[in-house]
Order: sequence, then C-alpha cells, then structure tokens
Amino acid sequence: MPVIIQIPTALRQFADGQPEISAEGSTAGDVIAAFAERYPDIKRHLYDEYGALRSFINVFLGENNIKNLEGPATPVKDGDVLILVPAIAGGTGKSA
Amino acid sequence: MILLDEEARLVIRSEGERAYPNECCGFLIGRFGEAGARVVTEARPVRNSREKEERYHRFVIEAEEFMRAEAYARKMGLELLGFYHSHPDHPAEPSGYDEENALPFYSYVIVAVEGGAAKNLTSWELSADRAGFVNEPIGAIPAAFWNANIINIDKEDI
Repeated sequence: MPVIIQIPTALRQFADGQPEISAEGSTAGDVIAAFAERYPDIKRHLYDEYGALRSFINVFLGENNIKNLEGPATPVKDGDVLILVPAIAGGTGKSA
Repeated sequence: MILLDEEARLVIRSEGERAYPNECCGFLIGRFGEAGARVVTEARPVRNSREKEERYHRFVIEAEEFMRAEAYARKMGLELLGFYHSHPDHPAEPSGYDEENALPFYSYVIVAVEGGAAKNLTSWELSADRAGFVNEPIGAIPAAFWNANIINIDKEDI
C-alpha cells in the first residue's frame, strides 16, 4: 500500500531532488526501508552501522512521532504521510 | 562559503557567552546567493533540550523545533541553512559527536567560548559520503546583496 514520505531538504539530493516520494509497506519501518532500498545513497544518513535508524532521525506519522507510537512497527495504511525530521545534536563531548 | 550578517555573528557570540559554561544552539536562516554561497541573514536562538547536567558538553534541538524553524523560514521567504552551537572552553572544531549527528547540506557554525568570552568562529559542512566535516570559509555579506534582496526584517514569532 503506497505511503507518502516527505524528505527533509538535506536528504533530497540523495532522492533525485524530490521533496516527497511514495513507498510501500505495512509499517513505518517497512516503508522507510523500501525508500532506502530505492535510493541506496541515503542509507548511510538514515541508518547507523547496526542497521537501526539513526537517533537523530525522527519519523512523524501525521503529527505523531512514531517513537511515541509503536516505533518502526507502527502500522501505516494507504495514503498515510510519513515525515522525516532530523533532530539536531552535537557538542564537545568533553568530560567535566 | 557562508556569509554571515554582522547581527547574526553578534547573536551567536552573545548566546555562547550567555549560555556559558553550557552550550547554546540555534538556527541559521537566510538564502542562497551567488555561486551557491549561503547568505545567513538571521541567527535564531533555540533552547538546548539536553538534560540540564549534560548541557556543558552536549546540545540537542528537538524535531518539533526544527519543524517550527523551517515553517518560520518559509513564512519569511527564506531557507533554513544550518545551525550554530558553542564549544565552552574547547576549540571551534567539530567533535566526533558533532560528526555522528550531522547531516550534509547544512552549515554547522561553532563558536569557541573561553572562560565566558566568545572567541573563534568557524563553519563546517559534512561531506555527502559522511567521510568528515569540511571547513567552510566565513565571509561578510556584501552591500550588493542587501540592495538586491528585500527581506522582511520584522522577525515575528510563529
């Protein structure tokens, strides 16, 4: 079932410049994975070396962050919109 | 190349000093100029959402704040070009943690704050293959840009 994924500006260069694409899947995680399979260059920005979504990548289903739903197992249906939104993090990392 | 408005530099420096010994953070808003240069016309502070005891060496800008900043930039006819944060008592160079959490495309401006006083200001861009940060020269916005671009300077909250 096709679900729309809205892509943040920073990652559009890895998806032929498109602001949104449609992908298939029954869960949010499946849909994002299908998207990443279609555009392999985007994988390293979405997933860490263990294959998990990077901690700073947030996926919203409508207005709800899937972290507050069922995570990647959150069910999606035809016509749903998933929005990829980065949280921005950093810092010196120095010890006190 | 990133061109920083003088007021934006002042905001970044003063925010770094105000937050010391913790880290400050914020958005860089503007538009693309000639030869793809990022022209930053506003530095917009945002709350460091890390736990209080972690803010001396970490910052985070929540996704919801990111969406608000993008909406604000769109409303102003501008773009979200990047982010700034401070490095208290640490060089203005990206840490490994900065790199792990960065995305390509955006500019990451860092201000070093030594003993409470803002010092060096640098800017960095992550390479598309995540191989590392590349230093980005910082320049001033030429008068010709302002003459050619009318920007609503009523910076309203949304």
